[in-house]
Amino acid sequence: MNKPNDKWYRLSGVEGDVVISTRVRLARNLTGVPFPAAMNPEQKQSVVEAVCAALRPLGEPFQLADMGKLSPRDSLSLVERHLISPEFARSGAGSALLLTEDEGIALMVNEEDHLRLQVMRPGLDLDGAYEQADRLDSALDEKLHFAFDQRLGYLTQCPTNLGTGMRASLMLHLPALQERGAIQQLAVTVSKLGLTIRGMYGEGTKPQGAIYQLSNQVTLGISEREAIDNLKGIAAQIIREERAGREQWQKNPHFEDMVWRSLGLLRTARLLTGDEFMALVSNLRLGIAMGVIPDIPLETAGTLINDVQPATLMVAAGRDMEPAERDALRARTVRERLA
Amino acid sequence: MMCQNCGKNPATTHVKRTINGKTAEWHLCAECAAKQGLENMFGGLGFELGDFWGSLFAEPATREMADTLRCPGCGRRFHDIAQSGKVGCAQCYTTFYDRLLPSVQRIHGKTRHTGKVPLSASLKTEQPAEEVSAKKQAPEAPALSPEAPDRELSQLRKQLDQCIQLQQYEQCAVLRDQIRELEKGTEEKGEGSCE
Repeated sequence: MNKPNDKWYRLSGVEGDVVISTRVRLARNLTGVPFPAAMNPEQKQSVVEAVCAALRPLGEPFQLADMGKLSPRDSLSLVERHLISPEFARSGAGSALLLTEDEGIALMVNEEDHLRLQVMRPGLDLDGAYEQADRLDSALDEKLHFAFDQRLGYLTQCPTNLGTGMRASLMLHLPALQERGAIQQLAVTVSKLGLTIRGMYGEGTKPQGAIYQLSNQVTLGISEREAIDNLKGIAAQIIREERAGREQWQKNPHFEDMVWRSLGLLRTARLLTGDEFMALVSNLRLGIAMGVIPDIPLETAGTLINDVQPATLMVAAGRDMEPAERDALRARTVRERLA
Repeated sequence: MMCQNCGKNPATTHVKRTINGKTAEWHLCAECAAKQGLENMFGGLGFELGDFWGSLFAEPATREMADTLRCPGCGRRFHDIAQSGKVGCAQCYTTFYDRLLPSVQRIHGKTRHTGKVPLSASLKTEQPAEEVSAKKQAPEAPALSPEAPDRELSQLRKQLDQCIQLQQYEQCAVLRDQIRELEKGTEEKGEGSCE
């Protein structure tokens, strides 16, 4: 299952200099069963079985992981690779993850809703991700008859997801906007347009490495298509601003120096904390995107960001580690990949 | 002043919120304020809309009324939903539709779905024959004027609001049933199809 180079997040896509990845998530529930917060273990099991049974005839091979049986480092690594939410990592017995081989489709069963169907794509691909999510959703609905109300749309445990139940998001690398101190203003502006911008791992997380998630907030009274077009339009504007900011920044001689110094540190450091790594790799990614560093592909930086997060490092090593030991392994991994 | 929530510690956090012209005040100790996520109010991190869901229902009349009715799907009362911020099951949305609606409006600015309609739901609206005939036998099924169910609904809802204000709970229950019946009627006529 773990051939290293065929995962969606190891590739870069359209507008890859700014847009790292696209995700479309649909929240769905079954009728006749309480929502997850009110479910007993038997009901949780029955939902997992119903989803598995509905998936089987679709032909797409999914791997099933019982969240109660995963080690904390395995489940945290799934969060680090953006395959599941931080809440779902803590969900434990009765919750299950269904994942395709390229990890581009993830179904979280008994997260906040009975089913959270996610499609992930490299770069900017909202249409492609939505179409795939929509097809899978319709196919599953034939068997599962999702809870739906003509007035309120898809019914969800938290009313903030009522309506389409759709959260479409883009992972954006915005070093120039961050450098200019423009993120706060951006957050205020997009919130007026029904969108939200947050840190790398979503709700309540700190931004790291100038990576931000832009997603739609409103799900009721707006169609999926409108929400996606809205997100696309605003993303296009942010991409333009970010690129303009980068070009301006590049005229400053410190820019090139910062990029090369970052690469120098990454290639030589013996200890790298997570925070330091993220700051340096952000500069490296920026330098690659701006053509300052010609011989390292963008995918290398993206893959590194995924592979040297704390839990993912420990999964690769096959054991738990103290932070200092992890910092050494992180530095070694980075040196080898950038040699 | 002592904390309104626990009554044990002095209140140090004072929150005043005005929603649609109705002002509500809370006086909380640091601990209870933290539980509500209030200490992060301006930080923007670790604070979800759902945390405030409960406080969107802080009308005493509504609460008392809620205690009399349980969702047939999951047994929850409206009060349980308001406190936890989590709806118990899909059927809660039908059971407590009127009381959930103002908050849905506050969250989304809209109350009407305009997106995808799953095939399973569109099939349901085409074949409600059994359901309809069963419902028609109910004694207090109102005589509906097919042209204006929406207007009738909003009138009934207004009356329900007034009864809640006046704490006339028996009349509330009658109105609530009428509203529900009417809502089912409009749904079955396919009135809610994608606009």
